[in-house]
Amino acid sequence: MAAVEVRGLRKAYGEIKAVDGVDFEVQAGETFGFLGPNGAGKSTTIKILCTLATADAGSARVAGFDVGTQRDDVRRHIGLVFQDTTLDSYLSAEQNLRFHAELYGMPRDVVAPRMQQVMEMVGLWERRASKVLTFSGGMKRRLEIARGLMHSPRVLFLDEPTVGLDPQTRASIWEYIGQLREQEEITIFLTTHYMDEAEHCDRIAIMDNGKLVALDTPERLKASVGTDRVTIQTADDDAALAVLPGAVASSDGILISVDDGAAYVPKLFATLTVPITSVTVTRPSLDDVFLSYTGRTIRDSEQTPGMPAFMSAMARR
Amino acid sequence: MTTVAAVAVPQRGLVLDLRAIKIVVQRDLIRTFQDRTRFVAALVQPLLFLFVLGSGLSSLTQRSTGTLDLRTFMFPGILATSTLFTAIFSAVSIVWDREFGFLREMLVAPVRRSSIILGKGLGGATVATLQGILVLVLAPLVDVPLTPGLVVTLLAEVFLLSFTLTALGLAVVARIRQVQTVMGLMQVLLLPLSFLSGALYPLSNLPTWLSIAVRINPLTYAVHPIRSAVFSHLSMPADVRARLNPPITWNGWVVPTPVQLLLVAVIGVVLMGVAVRQFQKVE
Repeated sequence: MAAVEVRGLRKAYGEIKAVDGVDFEVQAGETFGFLGPNGAGKSTTIKILCTLATADAGSARVAGFDVGTQRDDVRRHIGLVFQDTTLDSYLSAEQNLRFHAELYGMPRDVVAPRMQQVMEMVGLWERRASKVLTFSGGMKRRLEIARGLMHSPRVLFLDEPTVGLDPQTRASIWEYIGQLREQEEITIFLTTHYMDEAEHCDRIAIMDNGKLVALDTPERLKASVGTDRVTIQTADDDAALAVLPGAVASSDGILISVDDGAAYVPKLFATLTVPITSVTVTRPSLDDVFLSYTGRTIRDSEQTPGMPAFMSAMARR
Repeated sequence: MTTVAAVAVPQRGLVLDLRAIKIVVQRDLIRTFQDRTRFVAALVQPLLFLFVLGSGLSSLTQRSTGTLDLRTFMFPGILATSTLFTAIFSAVSIVWDREFGFLREMLVAPVRRSSIILGKGLGGATVATLQGILVLVLAPLVDVPLTPGLVVTLLAEVFLLSFTLTALGLAVVARIRQVQTVMGLMQVLLLPLSFLSGALYPLSNLPTWLSIAVRINPLTYAVHPIRSAVFSHLSMPADVRARLNPPITWNGWVVPTPVQLLLVAVIGVVLMGVAVRQFQKVE
């Protein structure tokens, strides 16, 4: 059974078609990345999947339940970690989780062991009695993830789990997510703006203008937009150019486009008689993938055209 | 690799909703007991009213209150108004919850939204009743004899009053997103409600417009039973009693205390229904 199953999903806000006929499936146990420029419709799609908005047409099932007709069943089987904090900072970490356990009606005898388990997973067990307001941004995010896991959801939705965190904390959050994939039988559905982080996903969907424009593994998406670039510097570029088919001279040296750069380099060394002084293999990045499917880089797309970042931040308030 | 105990969330049902209500109330209580300064601050207002304003005005009013100390007369009204403030501000806390995101955690849970809102209402009423207990401790200082029966009656009435007020607060703030907006709005709402309730003056010999306004104000029907309960434990000449605690009449009909309390309860339930509906419209 697919963990998430979306069929012909549509949602319009007035004239704007936020979600314009979207179909996809997420397999159980998968880590699924959902990318797209702002206003592409990914927030609306997630809201529908989390039962926070209703679709105009089409259907969606999460953990086997219909998001339209079995709202509470869906809610019981999903964990939500929003971009903005939803913790009570005047309560302790433990009290926040206990509140969640009660609200989700967890059987009383499993609350304590489960709490210890999820808090140990995110490395906060020692801080359980501290009020949340004493926590750093990264700790709060980790606590939110722990809370989202409390009731053992089948699908965990993470909306920008690392946004606004420093690189070190971002890395540690990914470490916890990796651990989570090993320890729990869970499907992770996440959105992110950091293309390097999308690499952690099993599959990636890119949404643009309300439609799904790409859906595949990161490897295949990258392969689909272009080949690897092998750049070499040699003792005698002219001689090398003469014997290498398809090679072109560039400012960095000799540029060769091949399907599999890693496999090409050993062959190159074996066949080329001209001494090679340096080799660089560049693979297409997910940034290239994003650019090729949406016509924008993800950083450009974070801003509304003509509006500086701080203004769009103010407008969101 | 550790194996995971499968945690099955039980089916929805009354038990689940009751647990949700309970934990929402419990959170309000935890927050209240943590914030002891708020408790102390909440006592300042009744103390000022009773001992500063009450003592100061006593010399002016001696003739009209007769043998009864003005502070004794004011006590039930002050009990009512101080719980009024606490109850309304408990309702306002839901706007804080929204601003700090915690409301979202509550609204996405697999429980009826009405359970959450009802929990908030009962939480506010409980906190306000605790506040009422603190004010009750002052009673002997102004010659109100506290018998167990009176204490139980007063606390029950205060609970009812504060539940209705919290419901009113919730209905008003349901769509409001900013605490700033609420603070101003509450001032506009609170002062007329308390001034027009007869909490601070007797309902006799009022100008016609004021006596109509007082009868329209639902709070009047919560304040009057509280005062009647206190007065039934005081001894004073019949004419003073008639002047200071006259019965509420509708077109000549004396409204009995149970009817007044029922009226307050019905208004509370209706307002709670409005609040739930409002919150159901929020995503």
